Amino acid sequence: MGNVPTTVKHCLSYEQLIQDYPWLRRWLLLEEKTITGHAYPKFVKIVEVGPRDGLQNEKEIVPTGVKIQLIDMLSGAGLPVIEATSFVSSKWVPQMADHSDVLRGIQRAPHVQYPVLTPNLQGFQDAVAAGATEVAVFGSASETFSKKNINCSIDESMLRFEEVINTARERQIPVRGYVSCALGCPHEGHIEPSKVAEVAKRLYEMGCYEISLGDTIGVGTPGSMFKMLQSVMKEVPTSALAVHCHDTYGQALPNILTALQMGVCVVDSAVAGLGGCPYAQGSSGNVSTEDVLYMLHGMDIETGVNIAKVIEAGDFICNALRRETNSKVARAKGRTL
Amino acid sequence: QDVSLSTKKNCIIYLAGQALPEKVKIVEVGPRDGLQNEKTIVPTETKIHLIDMLSASGLPVIEATSFVSPKWVPQMADQVEVMKGIGRIPGVSYPVLTPNLKGFQAAVKAGASEVAIFGAASELFSKKNINCSVDESLQRFNDVMKAAKEAGVPVRGYVSCVVGCPYEGKVAPEKVAYVAKRLYSMGCYEISLGDTIGVGTPGSMIEMLEAVSKEVPISALAVHCHDTYGQALANILVALQMGIGVVDSSVAGLGGCPYAQGASGNVATEDVVYMLHGLGIQTGVDLSKLMDAGAFICRTLNRKSNSKVAQAVCKL
Repeated sequence: MGNVPTTVKHCLSYEQLIQDYPWLRRWLLLEEKTITGHAYPKFVKIVEVGPRDGLQNEKEIVPTGVKIQLIDMLSGAGLPVIEATSFVSSKWVPQMADHSDVLRGIQRAPHVQYPVLTPNLQGFQDAVAAGATEVAVFGSASETFSKKNINCSIDESMLRFEEVINTARERQIPVRGYVSCALGCPHEGHIEPSKVAEVAKRLYEMGCYEISLGDTIGVGTPGSMFKMLQSVMKEVPTSALAVHCHDTYGQALPNILTALQMGVCVVDSAVAGLGGCPYAQGSSGNVSTEDVLYMLHGMDIETGVNIAKVIEAGDFICNALRRETNSKVARAKGRTL
Repeated sequence: QDVSLSTKKNCIIYLAGQALPEKVKIVEVGPRDGLQNEKTIVPTETKIHLIDMLSASGLPVIEATSFVSPKWVPQMADQVEVMKGIGRIPGVSYPVLTPNLKGFQAAVKAGASEVAIFGAASELFSKKNINCSVDESLQRFNDVMKAAKEAGVPVRGYVSCVVGCPYEGKVAPEKVAYVAKRLYSMGCYEISLGDTIGVGTPGSMIEMLEAVSKEVPISALAVHCHDTYGQALANILVALQMGIGVVDSSVAGLGGCPYAQGASGNVATEDVVYMLHGLGIQTGVDLSKLMDAGAFICRTLNRKSNSKVAQAVCKL
């Protein structure tokens, strides 16, 4: 079996085959062994969550104009997806109170998606009214986390999301699904990979086009990432999966690397590593987009993103927040002789 | 922490289809490489206490000090007192740096039973750092190697700038292989490959390790990754996947980067151990005792730990 692809590539026109049988490309990619026996994706889609997930977890309320400028700078960097804001009640998340103004104010680059969070039907309708063309819903793999975070069980939250997803389908608006606590819960501790798979499957079958698996408290390591993905990949196609790693324990990049080795090719990250960890005061949260890009580009994986422009956007928002960047790349580049 | 991934009869750990070593030896370089790159001069008793705490955490190798001239490295001026003052645990190795024969002799006199020598994979780095070519520097070590062999003292070899040089930029993997091979054939029992400025990524690491492993057996290789660009753990992971079972790190990520002011240098031992234990790999290290050592030295240096694990756990 190992010899067949080489034979195929040499005897027949590779390009023609790839054209006629698109599935063959993926199969051949899997057969192509790199030095460590892994075929990494040739392209990784970065989902920039800084303006939403990042800022949401920052103490300082950022003025609308600054948010808009940040998003515009990120658009200019070539990021294909930028999570712009969240249509939650401003009572719960004051940072996102200006959601409609932000969505209306940004300059939408062609071929860039600007998803927004919509926790319920009301939020969805507000989002659409403000011009949203993609939305996201948040589920949890932990019952306790679900209850403490959004005051309902996982099942109840799924019902709410079903409403959103069905309405979104009618309007042909794609929906992304998030599963939080995929590698551990601040309340429950260990989370069974099968539970993560169950929630991911539900969101996928309800109609989410992509499921982002979040290591909410950053406790995961390549070992637990591998086990969790193995489980989820039995229920959801790998091409529909994304990883959302937190760097609270410094494990984000090796975890992302493991996910790439397993065929995942969508990675969530936040410019300048914006957003702390609400469960470990003062610790870091989101992995920095700059650090992820540095790794991917160093491995010849394309992203379409200009890292220098992301660093600029990071500098901008860190100045506005009067804080230092969480990105090691940004820090190093700023200080090199 | 249950990580039975895919286990075979001989209990090799597999990750995404690739075997990982069951055990990894951590070489703790905090007291030497770490403190050497810290601005604050640390009192001798503090250094001794740090090393003793690290010994208590189960680390198998702790680089204690450096027998360089105090003129060049004032932080290591108390080399003899440190060597004589630490409580040596049987089975734990306390290597010291010996840049030349004089340093070697002073080290042995002070009780050293393992030493280390340094080579660079970059000509420019070698010239700027120690004022001679790579070949000349290796020549200088000949007398150290001879004396060490006669005294029955094992020697560890370090190669710096293995994936990038602050002056030359990219470094050819073949050059790294050449220097590693020279050190190995001179008699070094282990070669530690250092990403001195932390620019490596899994891409360049693999390329370099492939070249080196053609010349030096993998069992004699170690990786010494810097976290200046946040790549250290990812780089260590791919090294493990290639069969490397020795990792250098520094408690609390001590030691900045002299080439990028304010940027981080050594990878934090706590973060490495967290990853390894999460993979089910044995290290013999007690993470909480290690963190105690990290907390101690950071308090003394009056600085924040560079270890994310330490930062996270303290705040919960």
